[in-house]
Amino acid sequence: MPGDTTPSPVTLSPPRRGEPERPAIDPTEARARIHTAEVALLDEQRLLTGGELAGLAALPDAYVTSLAALAHQVRLAWCGPEVEVEGILSAKTGGCPEDCHFCSQSSRFDTPVKATPFLDTDEVLQAAEETKAAGASEFCIVLAIRGPDERTMQRILELVPMVQEQTGLNVAVSAGLLTDEQARRFAEAGVHRYNHNLETARSFFPNVVTTHTWEEREETCRLVRDHGMELCCGALIGMGESDEQRIELLVQLQELDPTEVPLNFLNPRPGTPLGSEQPVAAWEAIRWIALFRLGLPGVILRYAGGREVTLRELQSMGMTSGINALIVGNYLTTLGRSADEDLQMLSDLRMPVGALTGVL
Amino acid sequence: MDGVTDVTASHCTGCGSASCPGCSRTLDPPRFCAECGRRLTVAVSPGGYRARCRDHGELTGP
Repeated sequence: MPGDTTPSPVTLSPPRRGEPERPAIDPTEARARIHTAEVALLDEQRLLTGGELAGLAALPDAYVTSLAALAHQVRLAWCGPEVEVEGILSAKTGGCPEDCHFCSQSSRFDTPVKATPFLDTDEVLQAAEETKAAGASEFCIVLAIRGPDERTMQRILELVPMVQEQTGLNVAVSAGLLTDEQARRFAEAGVHRYNHNLETARSFFPNVVTTHTWEEREETCRLVRDHGMELCCGALIGMGESDEQRIELLVQLQELDPTEVPLNFLNPRPGTPLGSEQPVAAWEAIRWIALFRLGLPGVILRYAGGREVTLRELQSMGMTSGINALIVGNYLTTLGRSADEDLQMLSDLRMPVGALTGVL
Repeated sequence: MDGVTDVTASHCTGCGSASCPGCSRTLDPPRFCAECGRRLTVAVSPGGYRARCRDHGELTGP
């Protein structure tokens, strides 16, 4: 209406299902918890305990910016200012026999994703070139499988040196559960980093995967490290797990000591058992980015799937809340925002792009 | 849902239904052929996607 200056009503992003109510806390106590964490991480150079992390997770929303500011200082002190950029490729899509309830590539769910065979060598090399053109230093070849059979092993072992030679990129692989022998062969072939996500806490895992166990995943993670590859072990936030279970996962990751932790936020996929979940609220996501940095001060903490849907306009704030790596361009079955947008964001934040391997 | 529908299409690229007004989300590549509703073979790479229908050819995007 002309002349009407009444402001439009603003709808606050409401708490989501499973998001705990965090009662008000004495400000002195809140500041003391944050100060204890600051001294531990920046002066004493020690990891926070599960109890300390739980105390920070319970702080009300008003303290999220304080957690984020500390997480950014911790990231700079432990890891430096560089941001590692990576491209990922689903080299074999869909048809997976496992039942990970968040995944559109499981053959057990009626999702829109059609199973496709292993991409041709030219297609993999083209994707690696796209990754290099986006300014990345890492390229990860991902397969939707329980674990590699011999034919798949041969294909991966053939591709890794080809990609390295043609592009100069560090090549990572994600091919499910491994045997000791398979881990050894990947390491010998020059696989620089192997991705195998725990996804969630041991206590919550049976709620979202029933075809293999958390312990099987943990065993593969240990084999990766035992054979000298860098371990990339990620988390998926927003599947209905509690705050306590997120802290449990953080402590379990502390024990595994991965080089990289990709932080995914659930992007509910049509046809999957979690398809009707709501994405994590943006402010809650910032809180957990900060807590992951405070719990894992020295890791490469990478923005992974779901960030566009979850964080929207707060994506740059995540970069100043503990993130120091990102996946650029598209994901495995969904699209991301353009590489140019991400590189502009990093430039605006005065964060140089660089490889973090061997730096930490 | 951020429905994006080609007004000339007869099938939703998100679910393949002829009656769906468009359920494909902004950051999803097309999964079903807009002309016939058949499931597409989709390859997503860091710099783009290719979606191929057996009968109606290939669609590419960023």
